[in-house]
Parts: sequence; C-alpha cells; structure tokens
Amino acid sequence: MSSAFLYALVGVGLFTLGLYALIVHTHLLRKILAINVMASGVFLVLVALAARTQGATPDPVPHAMVITGIVVAVSATALALALMLRVRAETGRAELAEESQE
Amino acid sequence: MKKTRKPKSITENGKKPAQFRLLPAVLLSALAVGLGYAVLSLPSQASGLSEPVAANLESSGVSNPVTAVLLNFRGYDTLLELGVLLLALLGVWSLGAAPKRRESSPGLVLEMLSRLLVPLLILVAGYLLWIGVHAPGGAFQAGSVLATAGVLSLLTGWRLDTRFSGLPLRITLVAGLGVFVVVGIVLIPMGGRLLAYPPSFAGALILLIEAAATLSIGITLAALFLGGRPETGGHS
Amino acid sequence: MSYVPDIHWGVMVIVLPLAGAVCCFLWPRRAVPLGLVTALGIVACVAGLGWQVVEQGAQRYAVGGWGAPLGIDLYADGLSLLMLMVAAVAGLGISVYSCGYFHRPDAKRDKAKHFWPLWMFLWAALNALFLSADIFNLYVTLELLGLAAVALVALAGGADALTGAMRYLLVSLLGSLFYLLGVALLYHGFGSVDITLLAERVEPSPVVWAAMGLMVTGLLLKTALFPLHFWLPSAHASAPAPVSALLSALVVKASFYILLRLWLEIFPFANAALAQLLGLLGAAAVLWGGFQALFQARLKMLIAYSTVAQLGYLFLAFPLANVIGWTGALYMLLSHAVAKTAMFMAAGNILYFGGHDRIVDLDRVVQRLPLTITAFALAGVSIMGLPPSGGFIAKWLLLEAAIRAAQWWWGGILILGGLLSAAWVFKVVGYAFTQSEVPHETRTVPASMEWTALVMAVVAILLGLFAPWPLALLEIGSPFGRENAG
Repeated sequence: MSSAFLYALVGVGLFTLGLYALIVHTHLLRKILAINVMASGVFLVLVALAARTQGATPDPVPHAMVITGIVVAVSATALALALMLRVRAETGRAELAEESQE
Repeated sequence: MKKTRKPKSITENGKKPAQFRLLPAVLLSALAVGLGYAVLSLPSQASGLSEPVAANLESSGVSNPVTAVLLNFRGYDTLLELGVLLLALLGVWSLGAAPKRRESSPGLVLEMLSRLLVPLLILVAGYLLWIGVHAPGGAFQAGSVLATAGVLSLLTGWRLDTRFSGLPLRITLVAGLGVFVVVGIVLIPMGGRLLAYPPSFAGALILLIEAAATLSIGITLAALFLGGRPETGGHS
Repeated sequence: MSYVPDIHWGVMVIVLPLAGAVCCFLWPRRAVPLGLVTALGIVACVAGLGWQVVEQGAQRYAVGGWGAPLGIDLYADGLSLLMLMVAAVAGLGISVYSCGYFHRPDAKRDKAKHFWPLWMFLWAALNALFLSADIFNLYVTLELLGLAAVALVALAGGADALTGAMRYLLVSLLGSLFYLLGVALLYHGFGSVDITLLAERVEPSPVVWAAMGLMVTGLLLKTALFPLHFWLPSAHASAPAPVSALLSALVVKASFYILLRLWLEIFPFANAALAQLLGLLGAAAVLWGGFQALFQARLKMLIAYSTVAQLGYLFLAFPLANVIGWTGALYMLLSHAVAKTAMFMAAGNILYFGGHDRIVDLDRVVQRLPLTITAFALAGVSIMGLPPSGGFIAKWLLLEAAIRAAQWWWGGILILGGLLSAAWVFKVVGYAFTQSEVPHETRTVPASMEWTALVMAVVAILLGLFAPWPLALLEIGSPFGRENAG
C-alpha cells in the first residue's frame, strides 16, 4: 500500500472522527471545530490520492479544488463563529436547545 | 474515552450521555470501514487530469499548474469562491456591529513585533503573489499572509480610520470579485467566452485578477476577524 | 448548433445577480432600485435563455473555452430551464414583496441594507447551480446558496431565528461535506467532475456505491427529507417572511435538483430497493408533515411543516422511475414553489397586521385583509391538489405514473396527503372568519405586499390551466431519458 492510500485512509478517519464529535458534543464551538476536522479529512483524501502518478508531478486539479474548499471552509467557519457569539448573547448559552420531538 | 457513569445527567463535559455516544461510535466505525474499503478499491495508478493540464499549460499564461487550474481552467470556480468569501463577510456584518473590545495596551513585545512584522508580511504577500505564476504561491496564499498583517495590527489596537471604513473599504472588499467578473465579461465581445483569456494576454490578466483578489482576500479575512461591522463615519 | 449567438444568456443569468449583489453592497441607499432592476434583468435573461433553448435545443457552454474535463461546462436543457424560470417567477415576486416588507414605516432600515446583497447572492447561487454541469462547481454553488440562506434567516434576529440559523448552518455544512467527499471519490475513481463524462465512465463498483451513499445522504439532509427534516421548521418559520418564502420555494429545491440530476445521469443503476426506500421516506414525510402541520399553533410553523410534507411528494417519483413520474414530481416542485411563496407572503402580511401569527387568534382577519386571505386560500387549493391548480396536475401525473408502474398504492398517499392539507387549510381559513376573545391592535399592511401574495397565488392556479406549456419545455433535451418515454 502506497503512502497515498495511507494518507487517504487518515483522511477518511478524520472525516468520521469529526462526524462523531459533531454528534456527541453539544457546545457550538466544538461542533464548529468538528465540522472543520471533517473538512480537513475530505481535503486530505482529495490531495493524497492526487499523488498516484508514479513519481510524476501530482495531479494539480485536486490541489486547486482543495484551495477552493479551504476558502469555503474559512468563510463558513467565520460566519458560524459570529453566529455562535450572537446565539450566546441572545440565549446565554452557546448550545442549541434540545430538539423536543420536532 | 473516559467512562464516568452519571446516568441522569443531560450533558457531561458538554457531551451527550454515554448511552447516546455508543451507537454513533459503532455506526461511524462501520462507516469508516466502508469508506476505507472504497478508497482502497481505487486503482493504485491514476494520473487524473494532469496530462490535459500539462498539455494546455503553455496557453494558460502561467507555468504553475495549480495556478493555471485555479485561475484559468477552472477559473469560474474561483470566481464563485471569491463570492463565497464576500458573502461570509456580508453575513457577519448583517449580524451586527463588531463587539467592543476593552481598550488595553498591547504590551511592548506585541507592539514591537507587529511594527517589525507588518511590513515584512506585506512584502511576503507581494512575493507570494508574484511567485505564484511559476511556483507554489498565488492569490490565496498571499491573501492569507496579508490578512495576518491585518490581524496583527488589529490585535495591537489599530482600527481603520472611519473616513475609510465606508465606501473605500467596501470597494476594496469587492475588488477581487469585481475585477474577476469585469475581466470575464469584457472577454466575451472580444470573440471569446466568459473567462476565455487570449493566450497572449493570459499571464497579465491572471496577475491583474490575482492582485485584486489578494487585496480583497487579505482585507476580508482581517475584517472577518473583527467579527462584525466596523464603525463608520457619519455618512456611508 | 455551431452558431454561437452574440448574447450569452446563460452567463448573463449568473453574472447579473452577482453584479447586483456587489452594487447593492457598495451603494446600500440605492439597494431597492438596484435590486429591482437586477431582478427584472434576470427575468429578461431567463426569458432570453428560454427562447434560445426552445429554438436551438439544449445548450452547452464551455466557460473559458476549455470544455470538460479540463474546464467547467454550463448546461441548459428543459429541466434546468424550468428551474431557472421557477426561480425567476418566485424571485421577482419576492423582490417586489421585500420592497414593502423591509421598508415599512417601522422596519429597521438596517435589515433592508443587508437583505438585498444577500438575496442577490442567493439568486446568483441558484442560477449558477441550475446551469452547472460539473459536480465540483455544484459544490461551490451549494455553499454559496447555503451561506446566503443562513445569513438571511439570521436577519430576523431574536433567539428563535438565531438558533434556527445556527442549526441550519451546521446541517448545511455537514450536507456539503458529505457531498464533497463523494465528489472526491468520483474524481479519483474516474478522472472527471463533468456530469456527462462521469455518466459515460461510471460503472458499479465500491467507490461508486460509497460516493452515491455520501452524496445522496448529504443532499437529502439539505432537501430535508423525513426524517432529516428536523432543522427545517425552525429555520423556515423564524426567518423574515420573504426569506421564508424563498427558502421553502427555492432553496430546498436546489439540492433536490442536484440529487435528481445525479440520480438520472451518474447513478442510473441505483438499485430498486434504494428507490423504494426514498419513496417510503417521501410517503412518511407527506403523512408526518401533514399531521404536524395540523397541530401547529403558529401559522408560519404550520406552513413550514407543510413544506416538509410537500417535499415528500417529490420523492414518490423515485420508485416509479418513469418519465411521467419525474414530470409529475417536477410539476409538484414548480407549483409548490409558487403556491408556498404566496402562502408565506400571506402569513407575513397577517403577522405584520396583527403582530402575531397564532392561528386561534386570527380574529376575522378576512374582513381586514381580504386579498391576503384570498391568496392564502387559492394557494391552499394548489397545495391540496384540487383542480384547476398546478398541484392538481402534478398529483394527476404522479397518479398516472403510479398506475403505469403497477404501484398504485402510492396513489393512496397522494389522497391522504391532500386530505391532511385540506384539513389545515380549512382550519386556518375557519379561524380567519371567527372572532377571537382578545381583540388586538392592528397595523396597515402595504398594498404591494397584499397584491404580490395574491398574484403569486393566482399564478399557482394558472399553472393548472396552462400546464401543457411548461410540460413541453420539460421535454427539451429529454432530461428524463428517451427510451421509456410515452
């Protein structure tokens, strides 16, 4: 197994680990971080598998996609953090109310 | 994972109770195995699109393949992505004014450091922008470095003069997206399509777009750090 | 087909709202005229594109002149055209309504300043999404759409809206990441992100199954199919009225559109069990959403639950898998978009008029807002699926598809869903005629808000009378396949 696949598997691991954290944690900051860990996992899969070119220059297209993805992730994180602060200012807690039978 | 048994508590350490954690852990392990299996089933050799990229690199106007993909071959993605960044700022601004920070002196070290680093960071941003044409670098890297200069200045208590925080600031923020769209549109009547750069101008046009984008990305990220609308002068 | 016309309508449809967003941001005081001019311009460009597609058939446009797989292609066939038209009609209505809504005498001017650029961005994202033929580009448009939608929900302010927006943002990002991981797997498996090329190359394999699972899950989450609908009612009900309208009418439909495209083009070999599952979830959504709507105390919450139910109908086409079924689902999408826009506008008027939207205290609102209640009732006719509305045509097509596919039992869901809708529509209209115990102070609703709601509701009815025309459009480029047609 080449290192490309090893990194890709780490990416899959990060994705599921982030998803687990997103589900079990209630604090919004942790949820936002969890989303970011998931995103890093996806980016790692994208970039790692681009190196399956047998020594030649890696495929540049996934690299460009990851740059796009990072910018999107940064933008979304900024909005999420600002929104979290607003939620805390309004409700006193940086948590989502438990959904009671919605 | 530490196991503390407190059955009645709704949350412990901001987590859902243990019985609600086991099920997702089991299901997600299965998901990870499944996805891992799918990844491993991919062919061990694949060149993706590296051949078409290499074949067309000559006419893209730049020699760094990632920049070529980002600004030329898939430039439309990048255009929309600058939109996403601007949109995030609009969203943050729509939530309200920037939270007031307590006036505190930044401390000698921070002040000295920022005085030394800010010019250096701006220089590095310019270098990254320039080098992106043929080596790793480019607008996004340069923009993030520029943003660190902005964040560092904000940390030392610097604020944009209210004279500039109205229209001048907004123009800077939209410059990247604006220049990209205008360049893309202007090319259409010149016999091309949206964002179809003529190979002889491609390099110059890409650098123009990247320069505007670097400025906008840097300022937008720094403005996002503030976490809200900056104070404006009496009129906007 | 080689003739390239001078005006690139498809590009204009995307660039115009982007330019509008930038201009509204730069000159907030001129945002209303700028926004309205942009809205009219978009409608004109969609009409231009429509003319082009009708005259010359489905259009493919290589952005940057590279063409797939290296570049990004735009693609317009009958399906994308119809989606663009829905967005144009609902979008124009929402723009006009917003002029009244955000510029009422007592409204905060601040909100209007932020509404217009966000709404223009959202419209740009929708148009770009409906025209994209590239699954990674679709990811970018999805994020543009999601962030704009979240910011617009938060515009309402207050604990409900902010919490709703926060949950919506997390769900939206989660859905996008599932989708993106699927894109990553497909790209690394088949070396392209162009839908047409992928359709040629993809064959059943573990990577494709994984990608399909991820992408379908992510998109279902964004489309709020039962039981993944938990985030929708709070977000849609707590948003400002025009935003509620555009979320229910357009935003949830966008992820459904991507799902439909992928399902038809890239994953046509998806097994029947999965299609049956989607159909069952759709049926459950129709019943659950309908029941929940019936028991809501607040009008906007009721309408939001009805969206959950109406989204369910769209998924009934998956197990049927014939052209009539897909057409019926699309017609349902179309008529629901228009009717729900009218309904949320009417609810916004009532909320503004009385300062609350408690259903039991509607207090003879019919005497004071006759146009609004008429709009609500007409939209209700379409949502129930009574003739001669658009909703009726949609249900008729779905019923016919169910009989052709020898799965008549889905017809029972159509009837039950219609009865549930009828029950809550009559409940609301009934309370609108009843005097309540607590009289409340009232405010005058701007005429533009009342008339827009009514016009949208009338359009929802007209969709039933003029059905052949949109149905003919839908056949251009045969998005649902040709072989099993007729």
